[in-house]
Amino acid sequence: MSRIHKRSSEDAFWVHCVLILACFFVCFPLVFACVKATQTMAVVISPSLVPGTQLWTNIKAVWNDYHLGMYMRNSFFITFWVTGGKIILSLLAANALVFYDFKGKKLVFGFIIVTLMLPTEILILGLFEVVSNKPAPTVAKLLVWMFNPKEFFLAPTKYGFGLGNSRLSVILPFLASATGVFLFRQHFLTIPRSLADSARIDGVNSMQFLIHILTPLSLNTIGALTVIQFVYVWDQYIWPRVVIRQNAHQVIQVGLSGITSAGDSILWNQVMTGAILAMIPPLLVFIVLYKAFMNGYALSTNK
Amino acid sequence: MQANSHAVFKKSWAAWLYLLPTIIILITFIFYPALKSVILAFYRSNFFLGTRKFIGFGNFRNLFKGPLAPGFIQCFFQTILFSLCVLGIGISFSLFLAIQANKRIRGARIYRLLLIWPFALSPAVAGTIFTFLFNSEIGIINEVLEKLFNLKPMWLSNPNLAFCVTVTAAVWKNLGYNIVFYLAALQNLSSEPLEAADIDGASGWRKFWNIMFPLLSPTTFFLIFTNLTYSFFDSFGIIDVLTKGAPMGNVPFDNAGITTTLMYKVFIDGFGGSSNMGFAAAEGTILMILVAGFSYLHFEVFGKKVNYDV
Repeated sequence: MSRIHKRSSEDAFWVHCVLILACFFVCFPLVFACVKATQTMAVVISPSLVPGTQLWTNIKAVWNDYHLGMYMRNSFFITFWVTGGKIILSLLAANALVFYDFKGKKLVFGFIIVTLMLPTEILILGLFEVVSNKPAPTVAKLLVWMFNPKEFFLAPTKYGFGLGNSRLSVILPFLASATGVFLFRQHFLTIPRSLADSARIDGVNSMQFLIHILTPLSLNTIGALTVIQFVYVWDQYIWPRVVIRQNAHQVIQVGLSGITSAGDSILWNQVMTGAILAMIPPLLVFIVLYKAFMNGYALSTNK
Repeated sequence: MQANSHAVFKKSWAAWLYLLPTIIILITFIFYPALKSVILAFYRSNFFLGTRKFIGFGNFRNLFKGPLAPGFIQCFFQTILFSLCVLGIGISFSLFLAIQANKRIRGARIYRLLLIWPFALSPAVAGTIFTFLFNSEIGIINEVLEKLFNLKPMWLSNPNLAFCVTVTAAVWKNLGYNIVFYLAALQNLSSEPLEAADIDGASGWRKFWNIMFPLLSPTTFFLIFTNLTYSFFDSFGIIDVLTKGAPMGNVPFDNAGITTTLMYKVFIDGFGGSSNMGFAAAEGTILMILVAGFSYLHFEVFGKKVNYDV
């Protein structure tokens, strides 16, 4: 007995060693960036890791001089609408897929799930044309184009939505979510049928059922999706980089590079301040909704 | 037919109404653009001039023959190598660390939190921090190396080192994501098989390979897929900030930047100075075929373990 005990406490010692080492490597870049964000320009290029007192000055500098405040507002606006839209649209779609019976259900579900294979990046050239090409000058011209299958399907896109350079170009294409439909559907299937039956017998229509019964029962899934989509949208890089060419509408991830490419010498203390600021919102959402995320997503996809 | 048992509401037109917004968005912004990306590959098209001319398979021929081919072929193999590194190192590290952090030891919760926070980290921010860390003049890595060993490697201009730094940044950024899923899987694992193995006196290594690894295989398959798409696409932000695809490699890798993945090449060719959108679309089509192939394999292997039935 004591031998086993001794072995396990020796084991625990090594486990602690390994984990401390791992945490050091995982956290060092973050700690490093946080410390550097507080230093003056003179200190930041030295190896010193002593926290300075310049944090507030640096924040004010990047917030105003490099328009980080504006980028953050844009990112918040976009992330809010995309996350909200994805959750609402997925709730509606999953509701139809679970609580209705209709022809072609399997096909529609397959159609939605297949989009998991088509990340935006892969279709970026086509999407760019659809989103940013000029719209048709008249409805008649648009219809002529749309009803000519050879032109509409088999030639490069002629007319688009003319949304290049606007925040809408980063919102509209992302409102639907295969992950969301998949998760809500999976969750709805665990809800006993009797609940839906009794609701219907009580004369509850399907919209009321969705709003007053399903939604309160799906808070974990909603929380999990909020984490996934918030982090995904906030961290998006390539699409806004390509489609938004006006600083006034740019998002934080792309705007961040403005600090590094501004002058002759890079002000690394301000760069690190910007990096930290850009990281805070998704990190907060992740920490606050961590429990819901684990219960609603991480645990359920493993089953 | 489990799903049918839930279908309490009739009126199928109402169901289509619920599905309509999702379907419209997916068709307009995913399926139609995907088709158009492929179509574009059959045209010679310049983004700035707005010119378009049908040239059949010309762009695809240029991928494998002629002056543009070596760059594409190099980037193709680089992408595979890059993905294998990110995947192999990332998944094995996170599996190992998740198992350690899941043990019943003091402070396990704190260790877990310290290991998974990079979940929320963005590629662009990861790239920004790594650019400073590995700056050859004022980066802290070189300051320390110089003091201790009088070494001053040119991290971002030496091709081999630049490749390694990019892989490191990509692995670091995705470690949190991987560990989250392994931790969740480990918490779902029943303890019985492991306890039985303990009683039989199985060694730690055998317990891992014969019991834990097979039980975790659904998670591993899931992570292989997500890590592949991550290293193909999401690594773009890291590369764009950290190296811009540079530096040029050593022979035979001297036809393109050593950290230029296929995705980065699509971006440079399509939206960069020369703007050869048709050629970029041909590269994108190859990328699409690659992803479709991987997805097919993934669903073949993994789909049997998960219930996707309606």
